[in-house]
Amino acid sequence: MRFAVTKVCGGGAKARAGMLQIAGSNIETPALLLSTRKGLPAFVSRDLLASLPLPDSLLLHVCPTHFMEGPPSKTISNIGGLHHMLGLPDHILIAAAGDSIESLPTSEASNKFGASFETPAGRRLVKPSDYMELISCMKPNLWASLADEVPAWVTEKRNKVSVERTLRWLDACIALDEDSGANTLGVVVGGSSIELRKLCATEVSKRNVSGFWIGGLGFGDSPEERCSILDAAVGCLPPEKPRVVSRLGLPEEVLEGVAAGIDLFDSAYIYQLTMGGFALIFPIDMVGEKMQNGSLNSSDGDFTKINLRATTYRKDTSRIVDSCSCFTCQNHTRAYLNHLLNVHEMLAQILLEIHNTHHYLCFFRLIRDTIKTGQFDRFRQQFVQDRRAYLAAAVI
Amino acid sequence: MALRFEVLGRFNRARAARLTLPHFTCQTPLFMPVGTQGTIKGLTTDQLEEIGCQIILGNTYHLELRPGSQLIDDLGGLHKFMNWKRALLTDSGGFQMVSLLHLADITEEGVTFQSPVDGKPMLLTPEESIHIQNNIGADIIMALDDVVKTTITGPRIEEAMYRTLRWIDRCIAAHKKPDVQNLFGIVQGGLDPVLRDICVKGLVERNLPGYAIGGLAGGEDKDSFWRVVAQCTAGLPEDKPRYVMGVGYPLDIVVCSALGADMYDCVYPTRTARFGTALVPEGVLKLKQNAMATDERPIDPTCPCMVCKNYTRAYLHCLVTKDAMGSQLLSYHNLSFMMRLSRDLHMSILEGRFPEYVIIQLNFVSFVSFLTVLVNKKVSMPYCRFVRGFLRMQFPKGDVPKWVRNAMVVAGIDISECCTPAKYPRDAMDAPGTDIPELLPPTKCS
Ligand SMILES: [Zn+2]
Ligand SMILES: [Zn+2]
Repeated sequence: MRFAVTKVCGGGAKARAGMLQIAGSNIETPALLLSTRKGLPAFVSRDLLASLPLPDSLLLHVCPTHFMEGPPSKTISNIGGLHHMLGLPDHILIAAAGDSIESLPTSEASNKFGASFETPAGRRLVKPSDYMELISCMKPNLWASLADEVPAWVTEKRNKVSVERTLRWLDACIALDEDSGANTLGVVVGGSSIELRKLCATEVSKRNVSGFWIGGLGFGDSPEERCSILDAAVGCLPPEKPRVVSRLGLPEEVLEGVAAGIDLFDSAYIYQLTMGGFALIFPIDMVGEKMQNGSLNSSDGDFTKINLRATTYRKDTSRIVDSCSCFTCQNHTRAYLNHLLNVHEMLAQILLEIHNTHHYLCFFRLIRDTIKTGQFDRFRQQFVQDRRAYLAAAVI
Repeated sequence: MALRFEVLGRFNRARAARLTLPHFTCQTPLFMPVGTQGTIKGLTTDQLEEIGCQIILGNTYHLELRPGSQLIDDLGGLHKFMNWKRALLTDSGGFQMVSLLHLADITEEGVTFQSPVDGKPMLLTPEESIHIQNNIGADIIMALDDVVKTTITGPRIEEAMYRTLRWIDRCIAAHKKPDVQNLFGIVQGGLDPVLRDICVKGLVERNLPGYAIGGLAGGEDKDSFWRVVAQCTAGLPEDKPRYVMGVGYPLDIVVCSALGADMYDCVYPTRTARFGTALVPEGVLKLKQNAMATDERPIDPTCPCMVCKNYTRAYLHCLVTKDAMGSQLLSYHNLSFMMRLSRDLHMSILEGRFPEYVIIQLNFVSFVSFLTVLVNKKVSMPYCRFVRGFLRMQFPKGDVPKWVRNAMVVAGIDISECCTPAKYPRDAMDAPGTDIPELLPPTKCS
């Protein structure tokens, strides 16, 4: 894996564009890691995945803890690792123990031996040795170390323990790793304590890691403190290595992360949209054109998305987004999606996940373009402003 | 009449034909997946084309409930609504009412049922059924018939058969789009050969574009089942398609095709997929079984589908019945299997090797996958796998059920070779946990 920062926004801004060279692909950052369930997108099979933009859609976030119920790690290893088992030999798999859907960190049950996760099969304690056995059998392209993630409201004492354990487990993971950390992303925790975030980031940077995974966000932290947490952590990380953040999903959150110097984003946002029957519709060009066919009824959606369950779309034969080139928009109408959602047919989720993923990948492309042309800050301000203006109008 | 039916090849009673419908030219014998609510569960229309699906079935009752046939008509018909460019068939809606609703009551006027929306009594007449189906716009529409359970006996069967004949005339009169939609009549008459015969003759007199054999696959014994099929196919015109409703199992399809039937539909392949069962040449493979957890082979090494080319039983074991992707992938494979079965039946009849297909088999698809296996060297496999015919695969011990043997005598296919244990032991690829098919009749679509 090689990473190079290609452009940094001027004027004190920290947003940066970069190039990630990995497994024969060149991937521009900032970029989105698609979230998965047992290694595959929740509803998009490999043939449909291939219809999404390339190489943008090559990055997948995989969760080793999804495989604790099987197949056994030896079987995964015999099959040739996760890439082969998933039928995705050319995709880039980035592993991290927890997610926010199927494998939630449960800090109260974590102990000095390992991290605890709430999984569909119950609560599971994962020790560094268990985790590394999974990693060595799965052979992801990159993997985040095992971390003791805690919510923002824990005591200072618990937060300290979290940092200590996370650092200790990072060392344990690297010690057990065949490649001595060459594909490791060191996890930075520290809750909402600026001091501990700085301490953790500085300590992780001293290890032989190839990048960083900023964890422990999206656990009860307020948007205000998140900004300073990100700044504190990123400020202590060396600029030449990639930084991943998890659970920053909303468009504004992504823009905030990019502004803080984050390169890769993992989140369950697309999944949550899809499950709620939402489709992303916000403009993804620099002109900031006003949204088409927008409804001002906020129960149907907002500036960024529409809820296709709403009766408004019963006879709407337009595409979700007129100019969208995704499989869903090229083939199906809002009316059909409305029907599929009403009758609880799985095709609704398949089509929505395709469109939403496509739309979000285009959003990331736009972010990269604005960084390259030095317009990122203006774009971000415009986006936040438009959204506010829209929401204000909807209230009236 | 908005179809053309050309028989391209025959083996005794079995036929391979080209069925030209307004939206697609199909090859028979063919299997129609059931897309109850304007979608096949978990597959996109592109995927359906990819696996070779030619025609899919929509359920009138469900479509009328949601989104409503008027809306479908306003938006340009079901083809356009679901963006399916190939052929569609809709049922009359009668069967669903009788099977799904408790208070359905059949009178001369039609089927009275309680609205699932507000509980009020509603009436589905033959005219109304055809009107709804005209709105939906499928290539083939079905006449409203008086449905009775096949296991019922007595005067009710006779009443239903005569009523079905009276209703066909009302259906024909109500049909507004005979130039773009084909109305099929349905043969009723239970298990009574005399009644079936009256019904066949009555329908044939009406010179319909095609005929269905109804009232089967509802729990009757298999020997009665095939005899009714054999009797009806013999009495129906040579130059019209014959559709056996609610069938079914691969074995049933092979037997019915040998007896001269052309079209089939059933929810079985997709429903069984949701319960974690895969269709394989040997019968079925239950992916939930513990042995599958470490099985590194594909579902079916001879299957060229996307799922078998990419996924192991071990991985599917952890997905099925738990994750949406599990039922998506398994439905994809199971429907691929049914489409391959349809193609194999068509080609083997066309090429004059239908008995070989049933008894010994070396078909093109298998040969290609054999080469693929050789090139990839992923699994080593003896030849004998590919020269076993359909029955040999399903009944390696030679225990072909009596009803199949009886039916094959009538079909003029000598299967005695398959009725003794295989000379060679089952090869190394034979799967642990591979069962012979359950010999229960498939449940009819609901
Ligand atoms: Zn789209
Ligand atoms: Zn297959």
